Amino acid sequence: MGKLTDETFAAGGAVETLDADAVNSRNERSLYAARVKVFPQAVTGTFRRLKWWIMAVTLGIYWVTPWIRWDRGPNAPDQAVLVDLANRRFYFAFIEIWPQEFYYVAGLLIMAGLGLFLVTSVVGRAWCGYTCPQTVWTDLYIAVEDFIEGDRNARMRLDKAPWGLEKIRKRVSVHALWILIAIATGGAWVFYFADAPSLAVDLATLEAPPVAYMTIAILTFTTYVFAGFMREQVCTYMCPWPRIQGAMLDEDSLIVTYNDWRGEQRSRHQKKAMREGRDVGDCVDCNACVAVCPMGIDIRDGQQLECITCALCIDACDNIMDKVGKPRGLIAYSTLKDYNLHHATATTSGREAARDEQRRVSVSHVARPRTLIYLGLWTLVGVAMLVTLLLRDRLDVNVLHERNPLFVTLADGSIRNTYAVKVLNMELGPRTFSVELQDLPGAVMWYAGAEDQRGTAFEVAVEPNRVRELRVFVTAPAGFQGVDDFAFVVTDQKAGETVRAAAQLHGPQP
Amino acid sequence: MAESTPGAAGAQDERRIDETTGVETTGHVWDGIEELNKPLPRWWLWTFYATVIWSLGYVIAYPAWPLINTATEGVLGWNSRQAVADDLAAAEADRQTFIDQIRELPLEEIRADEALMQVAFRGGQSAFKVNCVQCHGSGAEGSVGYPNLNDDAWIWGGTLEDIHTTILHGIRHEPDPDTRLSDMLAFGRDEFLDAAQISDTTQYVLSLSGADHDAAAASAGEMIYVENCAACHAEDGSGTPELGAPALNDAVWLYGGSAEIIEAQIYEPRHGVMPGWTGRLDPVVIKQLALYVHALGGGQMTSDAETAN
Repeated sequence: MGKLTDETFAAGGAVETLDADAVNSRNERSLYAARVKVFPQAVTGTFRRLKWWIMAVTLGIYWVTPWIRWDRGPNAPDQAVLVDLANRRFYFAFIEIWPQEFYYVAGLLIMAGLGLFLVTSVVGRAWCGYTCPQTVWTDLYIAVEDFIEGDRNARMRLDKAPWGLEKIRKRVSVHALWILIAIATGGAWVFYFADAPSLAVDLATLEAPPVAYMTIAILTFTTYVFAGFMREQVCTYMCPWPRIQGAMLDEDSLIVTYNDWRGEQRSRHQKKAMREGRDVGDCVDCNACVAVCPMGIDIRDGQQLECITCALCIDACDNIMDKVGKPRGLIAYSTLKDYNLHHATATTSGREAARDEQRRVSVSHVARPRTLIYLGLWTLVGVAMLVTLLLRDRLDVNVLHERNPLFVTLADGSIRNTYAVKVLNMELGPRTFSVELQDLPGAVMWYAGAEDQRGTAFEVAVEPNRVRELRVFVTAPAGFQGVDDFAFVVTDQKAGETVRAAAQLHGPQP
Repeated sequence: MAESTPGAAGAQDERRIDETTGVETTGHVWDGIEELNKPLPRWWLWTFYATVIWSLGYVIAYPAWPLINTATEGVLGWNSRQAVADDLAAAEADRQTFIDQIRELPLEEIRADEALMQVAFRGGQSAFKVNCVQCHGSGAEGSVGYPNLNDDAWIWGGTLEDIHTTILHGIRHEPDPDTRLSDMLAFGRDEFLDAAQISDTTQYVLSLSGADHDAAAASAGEMIYVENCAACHAEDGSGTPELGAPALNDAVWLYGGSAEIIEAQIYEPRHGVMPGWTGRLDPVVIKQLALYVHALGGGQMTSDAETAN
């Protein structure tokens, strides 16, 4: 930091000026130079507290979910959330999804998309700043750094210091903790795909399947590299989402804004400047907003692609404003509309008037056609999914007509067709279904294995949560020609659930 | 590294510092377009180095360098042929309990066991696709001279045991002493019957299955049929499976049901041949084939099986 001179203090000595460079600001960053490491300074404040809470909740959900039990009886796993790839089932609490019902997942993705549109149009890149895993884990990794190596200045000093015992001790500690977190991250992922308690035992006794270890290794590696080393580069260079989110902002979206109408002209020596009769804004140019930025930018350059709107600069600036006895909100969440309004007011009636205007927060930008349409669509998809989920069949029938040969002439001249009939019992208890022929007078049927039960209907038991495939033979009397439409009607007598599966009977050309 | 790349021969003097960007050019000029000498992105460069290191390890660990007749084997000793063999052996081991059961149990018991029958059906299906489709067709639908195995008309019997015996020993398969043998006389060629008699007999045979026929000729042929044919084909034309004499009173014809074809068959019969598969296929596969063919839909029940059901 050098020695304390008049130059190193802003606002007449009340605030220390930080030697912080916005290394990733557009002017400083060359695409052809090596990355300059960012050392974000720790900060306290409203948004920092919010971010801690969100980190605790999101990480908690991630690590705890696979361990929640959910009793489904003896015929299904008792894990609340389970993606059972081996048996092709997805369990989510009371919901069980078969592969052919994957559209529910598609629906959830559509809801997630619309939800993001909604959130982005109201509060900008809130996803990036608060809940994106890249942000959450990077935040956690920086907290570890801060805990072991100290705050920004200590970390910068350590980084420049030659290798010695102290540096090795601290660096080994940091990386050991990082790797532990990374293993815990990769390790938690696999628990979503198998029974968590038994997989945990298998993992510990080295008896888990190799793919489990491979998955953990890959995710450990990506967590360690993404959160430990690549950090803001992932957002700036690798992630397509900032471009999409940036394009979805409009003049009514709340974004982290430096209110330059209030801050400029910025001056470190405000009293001196005022004495000299120069126009002085509220910004004391202390660089606190730059020092805390995990993306290495200067919010005072305006809205930019690199900004994930984590709002830590708001906390930093508010703290400074408190110290110098000026109102908060020099850097604040603001919409472009409000900003323009304040800017105009500041130009015409002066900063004081604009600051007063700024205090009256308008909420009109939340409820506007765009957000209401998003909300409506989101609700529509959600309600539609819920209704179909509640009304969905737990019995399904697939009929595949054997086409080689299409029909067989039997000794007595009757015509036989063969069908592979799959009966899906999607409930967790055994069920018995009756299968009936519909619209095919004179025909009889039976299935392989029950040749003696010939007639127009038969009963078939299907195990819980299983598909039973039957080879069903349907015979029409001698003289049958051409094609006839009919149906297999499968009924669960007890539940009254019925599914009708259309089929065709083929005979010789007339 | 890229900074030191020499330009094309003779182009050295065309290298210069680009005024707009302040970056040196490579000296390459195409139609007046020059190329800036920009460094590779670091992540790209490091990925490239990583792949180089990986490849060094790979060519040592795995078969890589081609030699004259073979290739280096690699220190891991892995090769794709062995990997396939291992996979097949593993699949075989998985199936082993089922295979053992199919080997030991009688056919009717396998048929009664749904899980085991599933395995036998699929096994028989795949063996059928390799060994049987050449004559019987890919759907076992047969063709002229080759019986359709889906229907319920069986020349040599349609119970599981009958089908199993046919596959084991074949039909008119001379090398096998237990093969199924039958010889219909060539009534016309060997002059047992004259043309008119054959024609009358044909009309009578047509009448047995209710096909269109000349009633007068048929009644004339009836006596000839009873004297010459009924011994094997039975008086009502229902055939004798033990002798391989097909039923003549049904809707299924091996060579065709027209008067010309029936006449030709009486004059000089064609006799189909099927090889026996004993010694050529594993007994388990033959059992699976019998179960598969039986399950195609026309298999006959033995009285035992009917009481069991």
